[in-house]
Amino acid sequence: MTDAKRAIEAVWRIESARLIAGLARMTQDVGLAEDLAQDALVAALEKWPGDGVPDNPGAWLMATAKNRAIDRMRRQASFQSKREEIARETGALFAMERSDFEAAADDEIGDDLLALIFTCCHPLLSREARVALTLRLLGGLTTPEIARAFLAPESTVAQRLVRAKRTLREARVPFEVPRGVELDERLPSVLEVVYLVFNEGYAASAGEDWVRRDLCEEALRLGRILAELAPREPEVHGLIALLEIQASRLAARHGPNGEPILLLDQDRGRWDPLLIVRGRQALERAEGLPRPLGPYGLQAVIAACHAQAIRAEETDWVKIAALYDALAQIQPSPIVELNRAVALGMAFGPEAGLALLDEISDETSLRDYHLLPSVRGDLLEKAGRLDEAATEFKRAAELTTNARERDLLLSRAAPPDA
Amino acid sequence: MRFMMFMYPEIEEKDWGPKADDVEAFQAMGRYNEELRKAGMLLSLDGLQPPSEGGVVSMTDGKATITDGPFAEAKEVVGGYWLIQARSKEEALEWASRCPADNCKIEVRRVFEMEDFPQDIQDAAQENFGG
Repeated sequence: MTDAKRAIEAVWRIESARLIAGLARMTQDVGLAEDLAQDALVAALEKWPGDGVPDNPGAWLMATAKNRAIDRMRRQASFQSKREEIARETGALFAMERSDFEAAADDEIGDDLLALIFTCCHPLLSREARVALTLRLLGGLTTPEIARAFLAPESTVAQRLVRAKRTLREARVPFEVPRGVELDERLPSVLEVVYLVFNEGYAASAGEDWVRRDLCEEALRLGRILAELAPREPEVHGLIALLEIQASRLAARHGPNGEPILLLDQDRGRWDPLLIVRGRQALERAEGLPRPLGPYGLQAVIAACHAQAIRAEETDWVKIAALYDALAQIQPSPIVELNRAVALGMAFGPEAGLALLDEISDETSLRDYHLLPSVRGDLLEKAGRLDEAATEFKRAAELTTNARERDLLLSRAAPPDA
Repeated sequence: MRFMMFMYPEIEEKDWGPKADDVEAFQAMGRYNEELRKAGMLLSLDGLQPPSEGGVVSMTDGKATITDGPFAEAKEVVGGYWLIQARSKEEALEWASRCPADNCKIEVRRVFEMEDFPQDIQDAAQENFGG
């Protein structure tokens, strides 16, 4: 890639989400908006290497996209007879001629961006489609980049994107920020997408490391943008607080050969203090709002508790157990109970944790989940019941799909002097 | 990846710091910082006091020598910095070129991450932290 092309790509990454958002407001169709923005990118790739990047590249791209839109619509209007379509596009044309991107106030641009986020994360779309569309339209990632990040074939991702855009168009999903009750209903779907992107990067599953870090950073970026756009939502700050603190551990989570290192065994000197501070600040913003913390906020408080302990032995497990208890009240799930069992075991001894595990071990959702025997094995080991512990670690090793984790579990299953 | 953007204001010590008639320039800078924040890029930033509020420690042959400012080559001192997260060097450079400052230089440098170091250096760092 030439320097000029790379520079244009950088501009594109900065401008594309705002560009697509502005165009989507005018056309009420994110698919069409993306096509128009792509047209403008093609034009920039033709023009800028010779003429240089214009002073206000965002405005240039918008003006170009609008011109292309007007061309397209005139062309289509002369071929198509469907009255409805023409009426719709003429309306868009009219809106387009009147609206002036450069004059758009900051909060209008913000509103457009927020509307774009909510549209990409619309509950009509499957989770995978929401994630792909968000990375594409808000992150400016290409289809191959998304495919690589999710270890999916390019054609699958491409199809997913096409179908998602068609679904939104056919359902006539209005391009807007939901208000009131609807906002409360739809926000979790947005937050979930950001969280999924982060976890895809954070989870020690396969894939190139740099892709993983990039995904985490992209999720952080999306979360931070969201926190600026929707500052009155405690869960938005809760989520970004959680992500910042989790990201602070990125450099400590793996050993030299890529093997996972558990939280309590991590070298805390490698935790990124800047991200921990940012996480705490985000948490303070969440706590400063009149509404109580939600599930993300509570998980962030737990993460902050861990971050506060300079050494693992200093962890305030009683507090963490209480926080998991609170989390289980507002978002009951077997996974939360599993974590609560760990915390109880640390705070009040292994038997307390094992007692809770006995209560939840019938959960069908946990039947093939490797962390259940893994946690049980850990608690049994602490209780000195080594034979039982080894059986559990072996069981966990059979269930995990991650080779490195399997090695770790098998080594724990073997007696220490073997 | 992270980048540090160092601002070199290229002014003398006596001209350092905000003046009453700089309101517009400061507002523009505030808008720029806000833009960085809204784009989810900004990790931290600070403006620095003039060199006379600090000093220079030189290390020679195992000996530290402190020199107080102001310094003759005042035009080469850092006036402030931004730490940003960007997706490429080009993106960081593009953001730097959007800074509404004039008659100054901004140096953009990529930050080392722990993973960038060879393993033995990482291990040594670990020992220093106490493991």
